[in-house]
Amino acid sequence: MSLLEIREETVGYSGTTVLRELELTIENGERIALVGESGSGKTTLLNLIQDRLGKAAALVPQELGLVQALSVFHNVYMGRLHQRSVWRNLRNLFLPAKSDVDLVRPVLEKLRLEEKLFTSVGELSGGQQQRTAVGRALFHPGEVLIADEPVSAVDEHQAREILAAITADKPTVILAMHDRALAIEFADRLIGLRDGAVVLDARSSGMKPGDLDDLYRNVDI
Amino acid sequence: MIVRPEPSPLGRTTTTFVGIAFICFVFADVAITTVDPWQEFKLLLVGIVTPDFYATDSVAQSIGYTLAFAFLGVALSNVLGLVLALLFFSRIVRTFCAVIRAVHELFWALIFLQLFGLSPLTGVLAIAIPYAGIIAKVYAEILEEADPAPLKTVPGGTSLLSTFIFVRLPDAWSHFRSYSMYRLECGIRSSAVLGFIGLPTLGFHLETAFKEGQYSEVSALLILFYVVIATMRTWMRRQLIPVYLIGAAAILPWGISFSFENIVRFLTEDIVPHPLRTGAGMDAFGDWLHLMVFEQALPGTIATVQLTMIALVATGFLTMVLFPLISPLLFGKASRLSGHIFLVVARSTPEYILAFILLQLWGPSMLPAIIALTIHNGAIIGHLVGRYTETMKLRQDASKGINRYAYEVLPRVYRPMLALLFYRWEIIMRETAILGILGIATLGFYVDSAFADLRFDRAMLLIAITAMLNICVDAISRSVRSRLRLQTSLKQQ
Repeated sequence: MSLLEIREETVGYSGTTVLRELELTIENGERIALVGESGSGKTTLLNLIQDRLGKAAALVPQELGLVQALSVFHNVYMGRLHQRSVWRNLRNLFLPAKSDVDLVRPVLEKLRLEEKLFTSVGELSGGQQQRTAVGRALFHPGEVLIADEPVSAVDEHQAREILAAITADKPTVILAMHDRALAIEFADRLIGLRDGAVVLDARSSGMKPGDLDDLYRNVDI
Repeated sequence: MIVRPEPSPLGRTTTTFVGIAFICFVFADVAITTVDPWQEFKLLLVGIVTPDFYATDSVAQSIGYTLAFAFLGVALSNVLGLVLALLFFSRIVRTFCAVIRAVHELFWALIFLQLFGLSPLTGVLAIAIPYAGIIAKVYAEILEEADPAPLKTVPGGTSLLSTFIFVRLPDAWSHFRSYSMYRLECGIRSSAVLGFIGLPTLGFHLETAFKEGQYSEVSALLILFYVVIATMRTWMRRQLIPVYLIGAAAILPWGISFSFENIVRFLTEDIVPHPLRTGAGMDAFGDWLHLMVFEQALPGTIATVQLTMIALVATGFLTMVLFPLISPLLFGKASRLSGHIFLVVARSTPEYILAFILLQLWGPSMLPAIIALTIHNGAIIGHLVGRYTETMKLRQDASKGINRYAYEVLPRVYRPMLALLFYRWEIIMRETAILGILGIATLGFYVDSAFADLRFDRAMLLIAITAMLNICVDAISRSVRSRLRLQTSLKQQ
């Protein structure tokens, strides 16, 4: 059975249509990248998918959703708040248990953040904050990971590491990406959006970044 | 095993203050001394649910006087405050303002009572003088924050006044207006409390009704008071201000005369330390000073600081409990409404009235004062923090319930909450000193006793010490806030 089937005439907020004539089926185990210009509807589609999947999916929102005053450990630990008792959560807020720190540490090692374990997020750089948000999603027990531009604030080398960690950890991954080369490299299915419509839905194997030029071409020319 | 992270500066400050408060609490007298506190409480509850609005015709009159003093006092303080704000570049003016606002309205009222007796001038000036000091500071800050760019476009040779009226004032005006509204609300509360020292406002009738056990009248007075404050935004309109001011001036009993001889004697003789006045020599003055410091000022100061620290930390804890009640992140619309009602009532009730009521129920100890200060201030800060959470956006998959509170909401509001708490530290201390008038051994107790014994020299010395203490706490609070980079711009209260 498919993970998700979406059939919608129009999707939008308060009267304005963002997406049109949507027909998508997402299978378990797929690695999907949404590509397209900014404003083409990627975030709206991600929100729709996240809505349909409910709490099952791990999420990296574009604005990251980190708690600046808390440490990296706490922010990552938040990926599993719902699996722990409230008492344990309250205790971990003040005195992190070693067993939980030991669970979080390997996640941070993958993201090269282990040295920042107890640094508060407010003191981190933009790239480090982004990696913390990815860490929270990796720590989330969900099998599906939804991420909106998860590597926009890091260099290409780190981007590869992060995407490798994401795709190795989570069977099903749905990413919004503006970097075409990385999208082709890490996703096995590309969904291209333009002006709120799906104009491309294909396997990524064998594709080159140039093949996606149509998505970004200015319509007026 | 537990991994202990390095405490943050915020965490260290919190621990330090909680530790200090704990030590203060260990040495505090918090006994309930009345024989049967719950019996009286039951009677009070019965009175609260059976308000009697026709108990006496004094109910309407006392509300009228309360509003009249507040209107005139706040209007006068606005004029004085604006003038002082324009002179705020001068260190002398800044110091002057710091001193007049460090002395509480009730202390000013006790002083003016000696000068003008029960003339309305006493009540109006008691509100206007300290408020002018507060308003001067706030208005000066507003003017300072105004956009300086338009100043450059003013043609050369334009007079200072024109520049001010055309460039500075329009920008600041809306801020002045909203702050004045807040001040008026404070003024109504202060005016109500002035009744406790004999002016014909709400507090006077409240005290009488309470002492006679007329709890239904107490209830009617309090309910009217809440309604007046809660509906302020609807009846307080710009066009009506002249009407209110003229009405206020008209209903107050100005006929009560006072003698100028009295005023001159108070200012030139009564407040001079007794040994100096009678020419008893420096040795006698030394003894007088020794007595004042070791038997009154020092114990009064210790009790004031002790009570302040307990109330400050308790306020912090209560705030953490109260703000979720009105936060849309944590509660639905229906439960938030009851939260709002509770917070409005708790923050509209002046600490003094709350402490007075609790003191009647529990007898004299620090407990009524602690609870009163905590409830009033916790409700004020809880309201502001709760409103602040309305602007917060959580990620879509954020956790729910207590997890959400502990991990998503509290860490985000903790810093602004501490900022507000430290901002109110000085206010709590001023209020703590005043609660002494009710019989708790803070500085106000010694001030009140000195006035009662007509020893004005002692009263003035003790008021000066109280003011200095407030200025010190204000300075400490400011340094803590700047060290922790706590911004109070959340809302100027």
